[in-house]
Amino acid sequence: MSTDATHSDEAHSTTGQYVRIAIILTILTILEVATYYVDIPYALLIPLLLVLAGMKFALVVAYYMHLRYDSKLFSGFFFFGFTIEILLLIALMVLFGIRSG
Amino acid sequence: MSDAAIAHEAPEEHPTSTGLNHRKILMWAFLGSECIFFGSLITTYLVYRGKSVVGPYPSEILNIPLTSVSTFVLLMSSLAMVLALAGFERAAGAAGDVERQQQELKKGRFWLLMTAVLGTGFLGFQAYEFIEFVHHGLGLTTNLFGTTFFVLTGFHGTHVGVGVLWLVSLLVLSYFGKVKPLDVELGGLYWHFVDIVWIIIFTLIYLIPH
Amino acid sequence: MATVTGVQTRERVSAGAAIWSWVTTIDHKRIGVLYFVTSLIYFMVGGFEALLIRLQLATPDGQILDTDTYNQLFTMHGTAMVFMVAMPMAAAFFNFLIPLMIGARDVAFPRLNAFSYWTFLGGSLLMHSSFLFGQAPDGGWFGYANLTSKEYTPGLSIDFWGLGLLVLGVASVAAALNFIITIINLRAPGMTLMRMPVFVWMTFVTSFLIIFAFPAITVALIFLEFDRLFGTNFYEVAEGGDPMLWQHLFWVFGHPEVYILVLPGFGIASEILPTFSRKPIFGYSAMVFAAVAIAFLGFSVWAHHMFTTGMGTIADAAFAGSTMLIAIPTGIKMFNWVATCFGGRIRLTVPMLFALGFLTTFLIGGLTGPMLAAVPLDLHFQDTYFVVGHFHYVLFGGLILALMGGVYYWYPKITGRMMSEKIGKWHFWLMFTFMNLTFFPMHFVGVDGMPRRVGTYAAGMGWDFWNMLISISAFGIALSVLVFLHNLVVSYKKGKPAGNDPWDARTLEWAIPSPPPEHNFDEIPHITHRDQVWYDKYGDGHGSAAELRKTDADADEQADEEHDVHMPNPSYWPLVVSAGLTIAAAGLMIHIAVAVFGVLWTVGAVYAWSLEPASTPSEEH
Repeated sequence: MSTDATHSDEAHSTTGQYVRIAIILTILTILEVATYYVDIPYALLIPLLLVLAGMKFALVVAYYMHLRYDSKLFSGFFFFGFTIEILLLIALMVLFGIRSG
Repeated sequence: MSDAAIAHEAPEEHPTSTGLNHRKILMWAFLGSECIFFGSLITTYLVYRGKSVVGPYPSEILNIPLTSVSTFVLLMSSLAMVLALAGFERAAGAAGDVERQQQELKKGRFWLLMTAVLGTGFLGFQAYEFIEFVHHGLGLTTNLFGTTFFVLTGFHGTHVGVGVLWLVSLLVLSYFGKVKPLDVELGGLYWHFVDIVWIIIFTLIYLIPH
Repeated sequence: MATVTGVQTRERVSAGAAIWSWVTTIDHKRIGVLYFVTSLIYFMVGGFEALLIRLQLATPDGQILDTDTYNQLFTMHGTAMVFMVAMPMAAAFFNFLIPLMIGARDVAFPRLNAFSYWTFLGGSLLMHSSFLFGQAPDGGWFGYANLTSKEYTPGLSIDFWGLGLLVLGVASVAAALNFIITIINLRAPGMTLMRMPVFVWMTFVTSFLIIFAFPAITVALIFLEFDRLFGTNFYEVAEGGDPMLWQHLFWVFGHPEVYILVLPGFGIASEILPTFSRKPIFGYSAMVFAAVAIAFLGFSVWAHHMFTTGMGTIADAAFAGSTMLIAIPTGIKMFNWVATCFGGRIRLTVPMLFALGFLTTFLIGGLTGPMLAAVPLDLHFQDTYFVVGHFHYVLFGGLILALMGGVYYWYPKITGRMMSEKIGKWHFWLMFTFMNLTFFPMHFVGVDGMPRRVGTYAAGMGWDFWNMLISISAFGIALSVLVFLHNLVVSYKKGKPAGNDPWDARTLEWAIPSPPPEHNFDEIPHITHRDQVWYDKYGDGHGSAAELRKTDADADEQADEEHDVHMPNPSYWPLVVSAGLTIAAAGLMIHIAVAVFGVLWTVGAVYAWSLEPASTPSEEH
């Protein structure tokens, strides 16, 4: 019985954590959408938006997809693909940027 | 495309070299590959940004408030998804206690259903958005923006649709006692991936001003 | 067939049952054979196309082919050789050998493996069915936009190409995922990553390249087909689209693809050279890390195919630099192979001849690589026969010779019989000689300005002699292939029985009978060393082999309980899913309703597959 109890405690704490993260994600989303209504200089806006999106991305990947607690192998697969793609994205944007002028 | 098929392939009982489940590694490797797929679509959108020669242009047509709501819906579906998994995991953990097991399973099924409902809701928003765009004169072939926008968000929507189908299948199968927590976890990984792709699309396509 | 005992029983079965057993097979060895036979057929088709091209080019102002046919032939020659010969033939080796080399009973996902084969077959048949309509693809193997647009290439030829390649891409990615999981997760106890045979490592790296490179071409092809079928504007210049996007996406895939093609050849050579030098591979970890480095760098060099598109000097210099860097890990591999042979007791068997042939010709092909990476030279060489010579040295001299060596090396394991050494030597010397006579002069005419993909040339350009020589030699290669086929067939019936270990070799597959039983290993081996089989035979030079006999006895006791191996059931659902995918792809050319039907078929079949139990639960469980 005692093991059952700790089990359900753990379960409650994970549920609590999931909900807390959902709240943070909601707040981040509200901040993102707020930028649409507030006047922010363009040079500041883009880094701000990227950081906010990056935080949401990281939270979902780390907690909802459990990468924080799971095997490094899984992170390896995911971030290998992700990194290659980010590098390609930057390279292609630069190359097309040069091209159009 | 064969995700669902893969989901029932490997015998779990056999020990593996890494102690990790075959199907879970497969899912992560597949998601790594999907990063490049969506990345290429997003890259194309970005390099073609502002290159349309005729309107309607994105700034005239993108509906940020509406998409904010649909973004929120998809984000909440991710919460429902983790709660569904927690339910199935606890049900499996409570193998001795039939009553609690049923209770947890019930919760798991409820959240699974909620995930599918929210996912369908997102698709509804997307369908509405697409129809509105067409009414405003933006079709798939109208200009470069229409082409890149519809293909990118269309492929994302297709992924959501596949996910909904997957979740509903899991829900139905769970009544036949055929769903293990791992099955839900794999569906969940796919689902969250689709969600994070949308997080990126929302920022890069909708929020950064054109 | 659910339960297989140690002894394989051979029963007389009807032809129908035999065919059915191949259709539903999920045994990695049989799937390997299917891959091999299919790719061999495409090798002959692609070779035949090459001969027609060479007939046309044998003399100036050739009259044998019209321009349209010529375009179709060189396009299909290139596409077939890359996607339907090189990749699947490597996949044949992966399939047959990987589980054997790591001490596994099958791949991680046997039905997914069958799905990969049938999807490959579906995609390749879809593309080749274009010949029936006289509309074979004619836009070159890299199908540059916007030549491939509906405006410049009406008809269905490009659609056959694009949709066929999309289906083939699904097959490749599914197979690659399967090998990755197999190698990560099904290694025998004690088989650490750094004890794996080099061939397994090369498969591992190749599979990674496939899953990370193929999505790029998938996206490029989706854009192409959307442009052609639904009128989108991806490559539409008038609408602001940029054909350069195709080139970038294609080569982002295309350059890793080069390593996808050639790394399996590296792997095969790395197994053959140590066996016939009676020495372990030199610099094992350097070999492994060099391959990993090649794979990483392979993603950063794609634009060296695009120096003539005006990317700007900085971009040109950056891509030239990263390309030349690849020469370092490749050079490491080259030196290690040579060092493996150095001081060894070399036996010049046919597989060894092919491996040495691979070393020399690949070196030449490799050396012209940095020449092409140098921007000023490349501007001169672009689209000339110099490039054709370069990549044929890499792919024929590198890959095909290695694959041929692999066939001779593992044929005894696959069939239980040796291939004829005598015919094999004829095969090698003919192929090696004519291969060099065919592809080497291409460098000369290339430097002299002869353009590739053009069906005629004027007399008096100074190219007549070389072209005649190339054409004659091409038929010499064809002759050597006939010798090879003859050897394959004759040895199957009359070859001398091979036994378990005819070459006195080093890796696990040689410890089990030839051909291996369906479940491969009666008991899963325990690995204590790299080159385990060699160690079991000869120890590490300090007489520890005797110790091994002892563990053998222990294993025998265990064997009884493990002999009753549970193998997964055959299944026809992989074939049904593949058929659905192919119908969906073909449907896009016929009518959208057919495509929808194909998709529904696929979805239904995926459900049936998912719900089918992987193996029959036995009573005691």
